[in-house]
Parts: sequence; C-alpha cells; structure tokens
Amino acid sequence: MTHNSESLLPSAAVAPPPTASAPGRKRSLQQRRARAAWVLVAPALILLFAVAGWPLLRTLFYSFTDAAMDTPEEYNFVGLANYLDFADGERFGVLADPLWWQAVGNTLWFTACSVSLELFFGMLLALLMNEKFRGQGLVRAAILVPWAIPTIVTAKMWGWMFHDQYGVINDLLLRVGLIETPLAWIAEPTLSMWAVVIADVWKTVPFMALMLLAALQMIPSDLYEAARVDGATAWQRFRRITLPLIMPAMIVALIFRVMDALRVFDLIYVLTSNSEATISISGYAREQMVSFQEMGVGSAASVLVFMMVAGIAACFLWINRFSHEGKEARE
Amino acid sequence: MAQLTLEKLNKRYGDAAQVIKAIDLQVNSGEFVVIVGPSGCGKSTLLRMIAGLEDISGGNMYIDGTRVNDDTPSERGIGMVFQSYALYPHMSVYENMAFGLQLAKLPKDEIARRVEQSARILQLEPLLQRRPKDLSGGQRQRVAIGRAIAREPKLFLFDEPLSNLDAALRVQMRMEIAALHRRLKSTIIYVTHDQVEAMTLAQRIVVLNRGNVEQVGTPLELYDHPANEFVAQFIGSPKMNLLPGTLVSSGDTESVVRLWHGKQLTVPIATPASAEGTKVKLGIRPEHIEWGTVADAPYLADVLFVEHMGNETYHYLDSGKLGEPWVVRNSRRSDIAAGETVGYSLPPEHCHLFDESGKAFARRAVGNGASCLPGMDAPPITFAEPARTNVMH
Repeated sequence: MTHNSESLLPSAAVAPPPTASAPGRKRSLQQRRARAAWVLVAPALILLFAVAGWPLLRTLFYSFTDAAMDTPEEYNFVGLANYLDFADGERFGVLADPLWWQAVGNTLWFTACSVSLELFFGMLLALLMNEKFRGQGLVRAAILVPWAIPTIVTAKMWGWMFHDQYGVINDLLLRVGLIETPLAWIAEPTLSMWAVVIADVWKTVPFMALMLLAALQMIPSDLYEAARVDGATAWQRFRRITLPLIMPAMIVALIFRVMDALRVFDLIYVLTSNSEATISISGYAREQMVSFQEMGVGSAASVLVFMMVAGIAACFLWINRFSHEGKEARE
Repeated sequence: MAQLTLEKLNKRYGDAAQVIKAIDLQVNSGEFVVIVGPSGCGKSTLLRMIAGLEDISGGNMYIDGTRVNDDTPSERGIGMVFQSYALYPHMSVYENMAFGLQLAKLPKDEIARRVEQSARILQLEPLLQRRPKDLSGGQRQRVAIGRAIAREPKLFLFDEPLSNLDAALRVQMRMEIAALHRRLKSTIIYVTHDQVEAMTLAQRIVVLNRGNVEQVGTPLELYDHPANEFVAQFIGSPKMNLLPGTLVSSGDTESVVRLWHGKQLTVPIATPASAEGTKVKLGIRPEHIEWGTVADAPYLADVLFVEHMGNETYHYLDSGKLGEPWVVRNSRRSDIAAGETVGYSLPPEHCHLFDESGKAFARRAVGNGASCLPGMDAPPITFAEPARTNVMH
C-alpha cells in the first residue's frame, strides 16, 4: 500500500479521478437504471395517453363548444354554457336539467343498493366457499358463470325473466302466493330500479365473492383455533378476526365495484331502455350525445360523470390511507 | 392447576385407520409431561384432542374428574401455545393477551392486571403496544406463551413451540419454559419431535408411535430402561446400536447371547427359558462401547468415517452385511482415523436385550440403584394394550 502510493506520488494529480469517479459511476448506473425504467414504462404510458388521455382531453374540449354529433368540426366556443348558463332569468345547461339530477340520484341509489347487496351476498358465498366440502371445486367454477356472461346477454335474460306476462319471476311469485297479480317489473317506475339492481347483483356477486375468498384464504387457520381457545364464538371470530384481516382486500373490491356501478350504462339501457326512472348519468350523457345529437352538452355530462367517479375514487383512497395512517400512529 | 385423565382415548377420520389408538394417560396436577414421537405419530392430533380443537372419536377425557369430551376449548380451561404462535396480526401485544379475557367479559381492571402480570413474568412490558410483525421470533413466542398465561388456564398445552426458532434461541426458550413451570407450578403438556427437548424439560415423557403409547416414564427411565426397540432408538442421540444374535441360555440374573459373528456374551439381563434359542437383538448405546487394542479386544471392526465435534468424537464402524454402521461416541478427542481397524468391547452391564418382536427383556437396575423396571415404577400409567413396534431393520 505504502509502496504503491509512494510510486504513484508523481502522478497524484491523475490518481484522484479513479476514487472520485467511483461514486460518479455509481450515479450513472442509477441514471441508467432510471432511463431503462422509463424506456420500459413508455409504451404503456403512450398507450394509456392514446386510449384514455386523448379522448378525455377531446371530451373536455367539446364540452366547451356547441358542436353537434354529425358535424363535429363546426363548433363555436360557448364557455361553460353547456354546464350552466343564465339567460332571461332562466337557467340552462346540464346542471340545470332536472333529468340530470334524476340521473345522479338514480346512479347513486343504484350504486349504494347494488354494491351493498353484492358485499353481503359476496361475503356469504366467500365464507361458504372457504369451508371444505365435497364438490368445492365445482361450486367455485359454477359461481363464476354469471360473471362470465356478457352484460347484454344478462340484461336480455333478466328482461325475459322479469317479463310481466311470460316472465319466470312473476310466475314463481304467483305460485308461492306472494303476489296476486303479475307485476310490471320493467315498466313500473318503482320496480324497474329494483329489477336493474337484482340483475346487477346477480352478475357481479361472483367477482366480490372471489375477491373476498382470496382474502379469506390468506388468513392462517390457526388464528381461528387460537380464537377458539380464547373462547370466541363463530360470530366473534368473524367480527374480531376475519373482518379486520380481510378489510384491505374488501376496500379494494369495494372501490372496483363502486367505480363500475357509477359508470353503469349497458345493463340499464338494455333492460329498461330509455326509462327516466332508471336512467344513469352515463345514460344521460349518451342520450344528449346520440339521441339529441348535442355533442357539446353530452361532452359536458361526460366530464361531470368523470369528475364524479374520480372524486369518489379519491375519497375512497383518502379514507383508506387515513385509516392506515391511524393504524400506524397507534403502533 | 389440574389433573388430566385420558381413558381409552381414540381418534379416527371417517373410515380411515385410527390415528390415535386407545390411549390411557394420567397427568398429575403440576406435572410437566412431554409427548414425543416421530412426525406423523399422532402427537399433535392427541394434543388438539386434549385442547378441544379436534373431536374425540371414542374414550373419555377428564379434567379434575369432570368429563370434558364435549366441552369447547375455553370451557375446558386450557391455554395453548401454537407452533406458528398464531398471534392476531391486527392486534397489539396487549390486545393479543387481553382478547380471551375480553371475550370472557372480565372487568377492565382485572384484564389489565392479568395482562401486566403475564407481561412482567415474560419481560414483555416494553413490547405491549407493538404489533406481532414488529417482534422477533423469540419475542413472538413469549407473547404466545403470555397469551396462554393471562387466561390462567388449568392446563397448558404447547404444540412444538420451539421448532420455528434458531438453535441458540431454542436452548434459551427451553430454559425459560422450564423456569416458567417452576414458577407457575402449572400442569403442562408439551408436544415435540425433539428428544432433547423431551429429555431436558419433562418430568415424565410419553413416547408415541403410530398412535400408540410406547412407553411412559421419567427421562432417565426411558434412557436406562427402554421398553422396546423403538423407545431405545428414539431416546438418545446418536441412537442405540442394535446387534443381531441368538439367545443361547436364559436365566433369572444372567443370559448368554451368541452374536452374529459367533462370539458369545454374557449379559446381566433376565430372560425366560422359553426364549432360549430365539433370535434377539443386543442393544448398546454409542457412548457405552469401549475401545480396546486390536490384540486384546474381543471384537474388531473397520472405521468407516469419523466425525469430530470438538467436545466429542463419533466413529462409524463397518457392520459388514448387517446394514447401517454402528456408532461409537467418545467424550475425548481421538486420533483413530477412517480406514483403521479397531478393537472394541461391549460392557455387559450397559447392554440391552430385545426379543424378536422388539420388546425389551428386563434389565437390572443401573446407576443410582433406583428400581425402575419399565412400567413398574409409574403406577398412574397403564398401557391400554401391549406396546408394540415393528422390529427395525
């Protein structure tokens, strides 16, 4: 060592670079890694921008114009008039349209009902499938069938089942004696939303059940045994062990389902067509855009749908993080 | 602190073979009993039946004279420590220990008192607000024990509690558990596959094999007077060497065995006349074989390989066509190398004799002279059926 440094003494001015460049090389390695990461992520980002970002920007752009569906290239800027406008003491625009608020109410009602029912039935099914029994594999596969059927087919199928004269639902209820005259499930405004909710729950319970089942299977069985030794009843084991441990997965599943339910369109449109009793916010946007050819108003409604969904998603994430931080703080 | 009595306890799954076969056992109040056996012998199943986590298919189980077959684990008043600790990951150490007490609807100050007392015994006080994921393996183990203690159970059950710990920690926790038993004077049933744990912790050991009790006794009884080949080979490490031979002459105090290579050995073991001429196995532990010179020693063998442990040395002797090599264990260092031929002798007073079915012939008392023939010294224990093993080799 000493010998080395002595012999290199004359070139001491050259000697520092190797030591100084060592961290330099490290930094450049890190930079190279960062660059490689960007290169790998770029295709996904570009694709995402093309299919999500660009249409979103276009929609936002059109929501400030008076463009019509058949001639989108002829437009004038109208500012926020598509959202809300005052003229001659009257209010115009999407936010002044009672049908929009009806659609918002419908959508929130649909989301609350269907997601909570899905959670309830999904939990029941997940707990059932988590038990060991004969034919378990078959049940797990069979339970997926409703999820695998396309929504349009589901809607048509339930449309027939809910048919007031030939439908199997009315037939069953009549035979059991719960009703005396056939119900007009689709046409009756008070019933049609329930018809939509039932069809949606039937279709999406498997998703919820599988998400919850996956979470349930992560819980080691000896925790339940320890709880039994501690004297916990079945309900206490569920309440104090199962529920807290599947909560993170449950919240993710709920976010997924709430997002989906807020954007609902196809099921309602096919099952109850243009009924105002069931129209969703997405249905409202489609109606403005396609039926009335009002591209500007339709875009404004679409932007509002986007903001609503994004806002609720942000709330969920915020609550989730908040509860996490609370947990961390307690530790 | 309670007494546990098992009466012809058995377990079968559907039509499958019985996993626990009519086990009779009495565990006295305050006793530390270790159930030991190879994996798959049914020891964990037996413990889970005692805990109430597994249904009892037949027989009776009593705690302090009360039949508890159909009671839930908490009604039986047991505390259990699981192999995987089974701590509730979403609860703090305090909440883990308080959980059972909260469910029992104890007053808050009583819960706090009990949790703090258990924490003090196990030195968990600084950890009470932590979560299991922030604890080391040994700390988790202590929390699991603390959770059991806080319940103030009649009976402590330990299911292989040390098998997830590293070797050094295992020795430390072993001593802690022993100290805990001295302090709490509680009745403990402890399951392990590790005969060292069994020997060091137990007041009495139950050796289980294929759902049968092979032998029950104190650690030294099992070491000195194994009831059969299975116990002889399971207790002690390295395991006992078995040398084939024939019983030449029987007697009340001495018997003569002709070993496989023709030489005869007189051992101080009583054998019935009816056994004369039958095949027997002579058992001798690795630490009891003595070296001699090649010229004088009665037996010669080639050394296959040598293992130096530092404090002791294992020599593996070629047993020829008889299969696995015999082991000789020396407490001193040795310069005997692999490939050498050595002379050795078998001190008769250290020999064991097993009949064809593997059952031991009664040896004379050894060591301090305590009369402890298998099965005669421990009155509370009875065998449901003659203990049986398949003959090894």
